Amino acid sequence: MELYTPVVVLVVLATLFGLGGAAMAFVVGPSRYNRVKLDSYECGIEPTPQPVGGGRFPVKYYITAMLFIVFDIEIVFLYPWAVHFDELQFFGLVEMVLFIATVFVAYAYVWRRGGLDWD
Amino acid sequence: MGIEEKLPAGVLLSTVEGLAGYMRKASFWPASFGLACCAIEMMTSGGPKHDLGRFGMEVFRASPRQADVMIVAGRVSQKMAPVVRQIYDQMPDPKWVLAMGVCASSGGMFNNYAIVQGVDHIVPVDMYLPGCPPRPQMLIDAILKLHDKVQHTKLGAHRVAEIEQLETEALRALPTSEMKGQLR
Repeated sequence: MELYTPVVVLVVLATLFGLGGAAMAFVVGPSRYNRVKLDSYECGIEPTPQPVGGGRFPVKYYITAMLFIVFDIEIVFLYPWAVHFDELQFFGLVEMVLFIATVFVAYAYVWRRGGLDWD
Repeated sequence: MGIEEKLPAGVLLSTVEGLAGYMRKASFWPASFGLACCAIEMMTSGGPKHDLGRFGMEVFRASPRQADVMIVAGRVSQKMAPVVRQIYDQMPDPKWVLAMGVCASSGGMFNNYAIVQGVDHIVPVDMYLPGCPPRPQMLIDAILKLHDKVQHTKLGAHRVAEIEQLETEALRALPTSEMKGQLR
């Protein structure tokens, strides 16, 4: 730990320098209101009007996100099995095949119901 | 919160003025606003031979939100004028403007309907630098004079008094229309 003390001190000093500067500017500095200071920067022209709250976006992204969560969790369960594949041998294989088959039912349902079609 | 504008006169104000002035001039980031030929001389003055980095100014900020000074380098056409003003407005206070070259100072050789005759028609200018184009050494000289000005800006009660004094002097001064001689 003694080896890293100078590094930690340096990081703390750098953080204090940055935050202190910003704080000083906020407390001491002048601030005059101008409407365009709060607008987005678009190289000096008036920014293109954006719809309120970012506008609507298609609901297809929701389906994609939900499917990702489900199958990502399945993948997370597969990783430890892959690492200890040798030790788990046949018993592990049977267990994992049962697990994958269960999730496969859900996958087949989504596939046949058209959840994987983008349009 | 703008405390520096509300400080009463006294030792504290002189200390804050000195400190704030030094810190502002020591890291005085320009917003890159090179429009025409003067921009080349501005780029050269950031290069190794005439080095702006020794004043902490080698970073020409692309975003006006992070800049202290806008060096208007080049002729400003009528089409570009609102852009100049918008960029100036988007810079946070405190900010300064340096009109580089004769085109930014007064329209230069372009005495016509297309070029704004001096960027001070659009933004308030703190330092004028003549030249067509000014050599990098001249630009550095103007920047150092601007540093002097920045370092000695008065704050708080001193600033109020200075503004009053300047206004009374301006009101009592001889108007240009009354001047005789070469100026007219």
